[in-house]
Amino acid sequence: MSVRSDAAEGARAIGPFMLGVVPFGLITGISAIDAGFGAVQTVAMSVVIFAGASQLALIELVGDSAPVAVVVVTAAVVNLRYLMYSASIAPYFRDFSPPWKWLSAYALTDQSYAVAVTEFRDDETGIGRRRWYYLGAALSLWTVWVVSTAVGVVVGGSVPPGLSLEFAVPLTFLALLVPSLKDQLSGLVGVVAGGVAVPAAALPLDLGLVAAALTGLTVGVLVDTFTDWPADERPGEMEEDA
Amino acid sequence: MSYDTTTLWGIVVAVGLITLALRLSFVLLFGRIDDVPPRVERTLELVPAAVLAALVVPAVVALAPSGAVVAAPPKVIAAAVAAGVAWRTENVLATIAVGMGVLWLVGALV
Repeated sequence: MSVRSDAAEGARAIGPFMLGVVPFGLITGISAIDAGFGAVQTVAMSVVIFAGASQLALIELVGDSAPVAVVVVTAAVVNLRYLMYSASIAPYFRDFSPPWKWLSAYALTDQSYAVAVTEFRDDETGIGRRRWYYLGAALSLWTVWVVSTAVGVVVGGSVPPGLSLEFAVPLTFLALLVPSLKDQLSGLVGVVAGGVAVPAAALPLDLGLVAAALTGLTVGVLVDTFTDWPADERPGEMEEDA
Repeated sequence: MSYDTTTLWGIVVAVGLITLALRLSFVLLFGRIDDVPPRVERTLELVPAAVLAALVVPAVVALAPSGAVVAAPPKVIAAAVAAGVAWRTENVLATIAVGMGVLWLVGALV
């Protein structure tokens, strides 16, 4: 198949995710301006970081005047999941040239990862198709993300404050959180992290988020290591046995 | 606003570089490190639940200095309904739209 049709197919596959990305980008643009970022800076942030959840977290902390180190560490913790995606998608990028590897890794998101792995897992896909299908999907998402951030920057000032639009930020996180709770261990981790986060909000230096997330993770790892709960199948351990 | 433009640029660039490093990690190392240890992979799988829950819950429920739980009913109801929508549809737009709608509705009634 041709470069163009591969890229177009990738773009089409990621289409349904755009509905979620647009409001996310708008909210990112609006809240960044509120927190004191400049217009160009806000759009540049969406290009340079290109990871919505971490951007919203860092915008919130900047708005609270948290120390710079806490802002950076919190955003990094939010993005730790990219290690997992990177590991999981690496076999499909192994025969790419270095520039292609860098470009493909830069464009790795929750959405492009999901679309690419679903497409590539089934059969032996040639390098040309892997490159262009992935790039078509990832770069169309990138474009929508950057443009919707810019639109948020432009419309941000004209949103009346009475609408409590800032509540759309936790709602966005909630929309991402709920599907991630569908296995029991993740559910436990979410309950612990969320529960700890409430009292931890009083911690100095805005360390509450990092402290709560790490507490939840630690409990999850300890339960996973030292108990038989949950009793259902665990993909990680089955690979170990194989 | 407490940060100057230079500091904000510094934050953006630092987080951008860290994020790129995380994304590149195994893509560049593949061949040298073929497999992620299952234990590491298992831990990373739990990161979204931990981080996202720690972001969501304090936005809905807070603790007063006295130790009392402070929760505005419109936010709690909106978050609960939105969670139901997220569970059923796994759709970000629907979750935000229903959550904001319920927030405004309950806010107008209370």
